Amino acid sequence: MLRYAATRLGSLVLSLWVASIVIFFTLEIVPGDPATFMLGLEASPESVDALRRELGLDEAPITRYLSWVTGMLIGDFGTSYTYRVPVGELIAARITVSLPLTLYAMALAAVIALPVGMIAAARRGTLADVAIMGVTQVGIALPNFWFAMLLVFFFAIGLGWFSAGGFPGWEAGLGAGLKALTLPALALGLTQAAIMSRVMRSSMLETLGQDYIRTARAKGLSHAQVTRRHAMRNALIPVMTIVGLQFSFLLANAIIIENVFFLPGLGRLIFQGITQRDLVVVESTVMLLVFTAITVNFLVDLAYAAIDPRLRRRG
Amino acid sequence: MRLPVSIWIGAALTTIFVIGALVSLVWTPFDVTDLDIQARMAPPGGAHLLGTDHLGRDILSMVMVGARTSIAVAIVAVVVGMVVGVPLGLHAAANRGGLIDDIIMRGNDLVLAFPPLVVAILITAVYGPSALNAILAIALINIPVFARVTRGGALSLWTLDYILAARVAGKGKIRISAEHILPNIANLLIVQGTISFSLGIIAEAGLSYVGLGAQPPVPSWGRMLAESQTLISLAPHMAVIPGLAIVFMVLGLNLMGDGLRDVLDPRLRRDR
Amino acid sequence: MSLLSVRDLTLSINGTSILRDVAFEMREGDVFGLVGESGSGKSMTALSVMQLLPSGAQVSGHTALAGRDLLALSEADMCEIRGGEIGMIFQEPMTALNPVQTIGDQVAETLMVHGVADRAEALRVARDRLDRVGLTADRFKLDRYPHELSGGQRQRVCIAMAVALRPRLLIADEPTTALDVTTQAQILDLLRGLVADEGMGLLLITHDLAVVSGLADHVAVMKDGAIVEAGRTESLFRTRAHPYTQALFAASSHAPVRPPRAAAAAPVLEVRDVVRAYPLSRTGFFQRPPPLRAVDGVNLIVGEGESVGLVGESGCGKSTLTRAILGLESLQGGEIRLGGAPVVAGRVPAALRRRMQVVFQDPFGSFNPRHRVARLITEPFHLAEGAVPEREEAIDQALLDVGLNPDDKHKYIHEFSGGQRQRIAIARALILRPDLIVLDEAVSALDVRVRAQILDLLSDLQERYGLSYLFISHDLSVVRVVTDRVYVMKAGKIVEDGPTEAVFERPDHPYTRALIAAAPRIPEAWQGDRKFGT
Repeated sequence: MLRYAATRLGSLVLSLWVASIVIFFTLEIVPGDPATFMLGLEASPESVDALRRELGLDEAPITRYLSWVTGMLIGDFGTSYTYRVPVGELIAARITVSLPLTLYAMALAAVIALPVGMIAAARRGTLADVAIMGVTQVGIALPNFWFAMLLVFFFAIGLGWFSAGGFPGWEAGLGAGLKALTLPALALGLTQAAIMSRVMRSSMLETLGQDYIRTARAKGLSHAQVTRRHAMRNALIPVMTIVGLQFSFLLANAIIIENVFFLPGLGRLIFQGITQRDLVVVESTVMLLVFTAITVNFLVDLAYAAIDPRLRRRG
Repeated sequence: MRLPVSIWIGAALTTIFVIGALVSLVWTPFDVTDLDIQARMAPPGGAHLLGTDHLGRDILSMVMVGARTSIAVAIVAVVVGMVVGVPLGLHAAANRGGLIDDIIMRGNDLVLAFPPLVVAILITAVYGPSALNAILAIALINIPVFARVTRGGALSLWTLDYILAARVAGKGKIRISAEHILPNIANLLIVQGTISFSLGIIAEAGLSYVGLGAQPPVPSWGRMLAESQTLISLAPHMAVIPGLAIVFMVLGLNLMGDGLRDVLDPRLRRDR
Repeated sequence: MSLLSVRDLTLSINGTSILRDVAFEMREGDVFGLVGESGSGKSMTALSVMQLLPSGAQVSGHTALAGRDLLALSEADMCEIRGGEIGMIFQEPMTALNPVQTIGDQVAETLMVHGVADRAEALRVARDRLDRVGLTADRFKLDRYPHELSGGQRQRVCIAMAVALRPRLLIADEPTTALDVTTQAQILDLLRGLVADEGMGLLLITHDLAVVSGLADHVAVMKDGAIVEAGRTESLFRTRAHPYTQALFAASSHAPVRPPRAAAAAPVLEVRDVVRAYPLSRTGFFQRPPPLRAVDGVNLIVGEGESVGLVGESGCGKSTLTRAILGLESLQGGEIRLGGAPVVAGRVPAALRRRMQVVFQDPFGSFNPRHRVARLITEPFHLAEGAVPEREEAIDQALLDVGLNPDDKHKYIHEFSGGQRQRIAIARALILRPDLIVLDEAVSALDVRVRAQILDLLSDLQERYGLSYLFISHDLSVVRVVTDRVYVMKAGKIVEDGPTEAVFERPDHPYTRALIAAAPRIPEAWQGDRKFGT
């Protein structure tokens, strides 16, 4: 188990390292000088020079890359050019919205999808199964930002149950914060739930067809007992992969959903960074997103090993 | 062979949009740059079949041209993904454990961390938004996807005796890949192609919704939705129609993909 | 009173008739053999008794366990019967256990679902039962997982699970088919012992007449969903009243007529001190175990027109050696020569490669499903470099040679049965008239009657074209009747070789002796009585 974790950790570090190179050097190929790029063409040579010094642009790219990476390791993400505050502070403020939103959506998706997928598998071929599969098919086809707009239209504008957007901040209390995040999380989570329940269903069906299920039946377990004691845990293994995959997509899509609901999360920060050409903000926020996605996949790998003893020995 | 109903429904939906997109090349009910100020936010029915938007543009025409944008972006992204990814996957499977194989497997991990949106953000931060960005961002994720599907399918074939027989017959890896492997994973690739196509449509809509995709005046479904957002209580049709267009297009492709998988995957066929 | 009584058992699945009026009686404490070829319905009979049939099954008739009609029972009552009164084990031990649950829990579960013990007590019984099937506490703790066990050990766990509650009837569906011959002997011994100790009835389902002859008191022969003959094992085997029984019997011990061979022919294939080693993955950050020597200093010679056998159990390295001979594996030592020219992986010239062809085990995976037969069997043609001008004639001739019709060349492979596919595989190997054909478990997947026909065909072709065969198999009985000389391989090394009859009559090496002793045989005395049939 330890060796497995160590190998996965090595691969995690490698992925992060490559990702940091990709991000840094993509932004490095900005046409012309980054300082001019950020300030615009009409900026005075003096202010360009000042920014160049501030960004350390007179140094070699490799030196700047190293100082960026080592800076991040100790929590120093550089200083935003437009906000004039450390990027770390900006991110810290925004992530308290984006991360809870993503986790909320993920939890909603799992709570809905796992039972639904199991019911569909248990009633394979019945009307319930056909109906569930039909609904999930539509769910997959729904772009979640459009679904978000519809939710706003019905539940905020129409019924007035929720506010159409904005975030009161966690200071307003846990309940108020969660309420503000409920529609966005539904918009994000329901479309993911559609995918997850389909995976759950097919994984369950596949597992129920395995030889060891027949062995267990021959021991005298009823169909329900076999499902509960043998099929479920094995069927969860492929579902875990999807959860890992979905997390990074959820986090990315949260950026879009934040736009629909005017939530002050990482998404808004990135888009403001893009419009204001604040490369420091873009660079560090993207790295953070990538870091989170890779780390979650690492955790999923560990969870895998916890469920599946065959993995513990492998390298 | 009898095809499942889902293929027919899917194909019908897809065909409607493809025809609409093709027709828009030569004709649309109205010019999409025509601003009919008198008929702003006209509801569906009447002269404008699907109504008009806040600038008085004809929504049906915009949906047709938007289909063109969506389909073009998604197709190019799929084709790029296939053209680059499939040979990589074949090579990786033929030289299992080799350098390319390692890179593909590692690269796959990396792509998990770079959804199209993040790639588009990076590119846009540098070059500014454009439809080309959207294509590039979506194509980039398709390359490892196709490489992985190809590799997976090919690896299971490489263990089969007929491949061994071909090697005993003195055929080289490239020739075996072309003669025996590729034709036998074509079904996998067709299915993955439809799935990637539909994912591409959704991704393109998302990117243009946040302004990272096609730029005005080129109509796109995502931007139509973005423009309708603040007007949703005044003119719901502005939000509903492009949204439904996306849903039906994607639904059509997914139904077709699922149906094709059932027909083409012999493993599933035996089960039924 | 009979333990299991089956009457008028009729089964169809989705409209296809599977069983027709199957009837047999099994006595308490009896070992009852149910034999037949694949598709004869013997497994479905067992699943009908257990009521574990696939969906879409329509079953009628009577299956009574000690007078209680099982088909009339509710599903809840059947759950009580399964595992309680009837235990069952299956063919494929590698997939028969839940991979994420420990063996102790899986054995204990039998007791717990029947409500006879709490977890602690169930685990204690599980320990006891695992000890009984030979998985002792010192090496097989209850918290081991299935993937840590070999196939034979997993089958023992399955048996422990099935007999945990001391059922009155144990159904064993091809319990040793997936196992090596020495493991098979141990499992059969275990089953024999359990029946004697516990007074349990055993319904043994198998395709192997020799296994039945050594174990069963009574036997029934099945064909196409019906029982054609049943009776006491010895008398049924001696008299063989039904023509189908005669045919099965003849085929299972069939020895093709082989041409006499001039001694000391020139060698076609020479394998000298061959070593094939694989690096193993590292076990720690700094240490890497020494490479695994899958083939370790092997010497082997096949002479012109000779049939040479290579036998060994799974994992002994015979597959690796086969691939090395075919020029598909690079060597870490020694050399392989074909007709005097060296075979070097990746650099075998066409002129050399065409002199050696191969036939594989699996008649289903051996062909590209998208090509027609004509294209399939001409795959080696590009080695000929224009030297085969009469392509069509060559195809027709090759198909005729293997007993097929030239018109078959337009068909796809899925239109053929397993035996016909193996003929096509032979046609593909034959079409360039090679010197040597490597037969890699070429008849192992076939039913006995088809196997006998293929062996005759091979022998006939050998005589006609002066072919040499390298016959690789785990099946000693086949190797014995079709080869001139034999090599016995174990853990990468040849432990014994010599003329086949001599090796089988007077095995030198303890491993060879163990192999031969383990192979089930129909007693000599039963065979003499009838000599007609085929």
